[in-house]
Amino acid sequence: MKKAEEIFQLLKDNFPDQNLELKTDQPTEPVILIAPDEIEKISLFLYKNTELLFDSLVLLSGVDEVKANLISVYYHIESTSLKHKIVLKVSTDRNNPEVVSVTSVWKGADWHEREAYDMFGIKFTNHPDLRRILMPYDWEAGYPLRKDYENPEFYQGMKVPY
Amino acid sequence: MSQDLTKNTKVSSQSSKIRTEEMILNMGPQHPSTHGVLRLELGLEGEIVTKVIPHIGYLHRCFEKHCEAMTYPQVVPYTDRMDYLASMGNEFGYAVAMEKLLGIEVPQRVEYIRVIMAELQRIASHLVALGTYGADIGAFTPFLFCFIDREKILHLFEITCGARLLYNYIWVGGLSHDIHPDFVRKTREFIKEFRPNLKEINDLLTHNRIFIDRTANVGVLPIETAINFGVSGPNLRGSGMKWDIRRDDPYSVYSKLDFDIPVGKGTYGTTGDSWDRYFVRVLEMEESCKIIEQALDQLPEGDVTSAIPKRIKPNVGHVYGRVENPRGELGYFIVSDGSTSPYRVKVRPPSFVTLQIMDEICKGYMVADVVTILGSLDIVLGEIDR
Amino acid sequence: MGFLDKEFNDGNIVITTAEDIMNWARLSSLWQVSFGLACCAIEMMATSASHYDFDRFGVIPRPSPRQADIIIISGTVTLKMATRIKRLYEQMPEPKYIISMGSCANCGGPYWEHGYHVLKGIDRVIPVDVYVPGCPPRPEALLEGLLKLQEKIRNESMIKKSA
Repeated sequence: MKKAEEIFQLLKDNFPDQNLELKTDQPTEPVILIAPDEIEKISLFLYKNTELLFDSLVLLSGVDEVKANLISVYYHIESTSLKHKIVLKVSTDRNNPEVVSVTSVWKGADWHEREAYDMFGIKFTNHPDLRRILMPYDWEAGYPLRKDYENPEFYQGMKVPY
Repeated sequence: MSQDLTKNTKVSSQSSKIRTEEMILNMGPQHPSTHGVLRLELGLEGEIVTKVIPHIGYLHRCFEKHCEAMTYPQVVPYTDRMDYLASMGNEFGYAVAMEKLLGIEVPQRVEYIRVIMAELQRIASHLVALGTYGADIGAFTPFLFCFIDREKILHLFEITCGARLLYNYIWVGGLSHDIHPDFVRKTREFIKEFRPNLKEINDLLTHNRIFIDRTANVGVLPIETAINFGVSGPNLRGSGMKWDIRRDDPYSVYSKLDFDIPVGKGTYGTTGDSWDRYFVRVLEMEESCKIIEQALDQLPEGDVTSAIPKRIKPNVGHVYGRVENPRGELGYFIVSDGSTSPYRVKVRPPSFVTLQIMDEICKGYMVADVVTILGSLDIVLGEIDR
Repeated sequence: MGFLDKEFNDGNIVITTAEDIMNWARLSSLWQVSFGLACCAIEMMATSASHYDFDRFGVIPRPSPRQADIIIISGTVTLKMATRIKRLYEQMPEPKYIISMGSCANCGGPYWEHGYHVLKGIDRVIPVDVYVPGCPPRPEALLEGLLKLQEKIRNESMIKKSA
C-alpha cells in the first residue's frame, strides 16, 4: 500500500519531462495535477506498473471553475489488489475544453466521459462514441451544469420553466 | 449452449442460401420488465442477440444542479430520491462524505442507529430485487411473499421517522429524531419472524428447477472485466471477488461488527452467472440480520442531535466519501468553495457503472435471456439518471 | 353492489338505466397499463401487493396500452419522456382515464425550481382526471384516488360529453 508522495515520486521518476505537481493542502485528499494531453500515457503507466496496479477507475467528474476560467476533470483511481488510491486532476481552458480519453485503459470511463461531455461540453479525443447521454440527443440549449447556463423557454412545444 | 445455437444458424443460412439481416428491436421506455424507464436497442440475428445499446436519460431530474442552489442540509431530501429503494443508504453516503469534509465526529448512538437503518434498508431493497426478478422470470408468487416482509420493515421505518419510502432521517452530524421506545423490541421480533420466511423464499425460488435452468450459465461476468469497468457490490461478489466497502474501506462502526462476505461459487453453473448474483443477495440478507442483532445488543445511550452543526460552512476543498449500498459502491464527490451551499456535488451511482456491461455480457444469448441478465444486475433508473 | 343485492331477490330481473349499467361495468374493471417512472412506482407496486390489494377493485396490470383503460402516471415526467407518454396515451382506446400520482406528476414536485429537464406537471401534455398528492402518496391515498375516479365515472353521461 503506497502513500500519495511515493506514488508521485514514482511518476516523476518515469516521466521526467512532464510538469507534474502534488497538492497536499486540500483538507482531505492529495491531488496530482497533470496536463490534459498526457493523461492517457500516465494512466497506462499507472495501470500496468507492478508496484502500483491501479486497475479500477472509481469516478471521473467535471468541475466548472468560473473564477479561474478553467474546466477541470478529476479522476479517482484505486487498486483493488494493493489497496491504495489517488486523485488526478486535469485542467483545460473553459472556452474550448479538450482532454484525451482514458477508455483504452479503463473501459468503465466510457459513460463517465459521455456524461462530462453532456453536462460541460468537454471533448474527449479518441473516445469511441462521444454523444449526449442524459439530455435528449437534439438538445441545443447548451451544457446544463455550466455556471452560466440559461434555460430555454420551449422544447418541442412544451414549456420548460414553471 | 448459446454458442452452439449461433453456430447452427450460420451453418443453416449458408446451406440454404437464405439472406439474413440484422434486425433492430426496441425494448422501449415502457416495458414491464425493464426496471424503470430504460430503452434497450437490441441488434438481433433471428433470436440471438448481437449487440445491446442502452439509452438512458428518461428520468434525468437535474439533481446536481439542485445541489448547487440549496444549502448543505437541504440537499438530503434530494439524495433520497435518487435510488428510491435504498434511501437510507443514499443519506448515509452523503453524511459520511460531509462529515469527512467538516471533520466532525458523531456520537456512538448515532453510528449504531445509522448502521441498523442501513442494514434494514438493505434487506428491504434485496426483497424488492428478488421479488421483481422472480416476476420477470415468470413466477408471480415470490413477489407477493417478498412484499409482505417488506411491509413489516416499512412499518419499522414509519414509527421512527414517519415516512415509508423517502425518509430525510440521516442528517449531517446526526439524525432528525431518536428512535421510538418500541423500536428495539419490534426489530427483534421482525428478525425472529424473517429468518423462517427467508427459508420459504429459498424453497420457492432459489432451488427451483425451472429457475435454475433459466438463470444458470446466463450472463457470465468474468472478474477482470468487472474490475476494469468498475462494477461493485453483489454483481462483483457474484463473480467471486471478496470486495466490500464495509470491510475494505470501513466507515461508521462496521469495523466493530462481525459479519461474513458471501461470494458466488458457481454452484449450479459457471461462477459469475445470474444465479450467483441472485444467490449473493439472498445470503447478504442473512448477514444483515446478524449485523442488526449485534448492533441492537451494542446500542449505547446518548443524544442523537447534539453534534448537528447550526450552520454548515466547510473550508475550501473537496472530498470523496463512499458507502456500500445494496447495489454497489455509492460515492459522493463534494467540492466546496467556502460558502453555505455546495459548489459541485457529483454522485457515483453503482447502477450507472453496472449498466455499461450489458453489451459485453449479453452477446450470444437469446432475447429472453436479456431480461434475465438485466434483472440479475438489479439496476434502479433513478440513480442512473439522477 | 347495492342494487344487485336488492334486485336479485325477486327473480333475476334487474331494472336500471343503460347509463348506470355501462358506468358500473366500466368502473369495476379498470385495467391499468403497467407503467411506473420513479419512486411513486414503488408505492404503486406496494398497492398492488397483498397488503393493500389493488386487485379487489378490479384493477389488474396489462403490459400493452392497447388493452388498458387507465394509466397511472407515477413519478417525475422529464422532457425526454413526455413525448413517449403522449404516444402511449394516444395508443390507448376510448374510454380512457388518467390518474396523476405524486407531486412530480401533478406540478413538477421538488424539482420545480431548477429542473431544466423536468416537465412541470403531466397536464401540460395530456388531460388528467384525478390528481393524487403526496411525495410519495401512501397506498391508501392512491386507493382513495381510484375511488374518486370511480365516483367520477359513475356520474358520467353517454349523451353529454365531458370536458
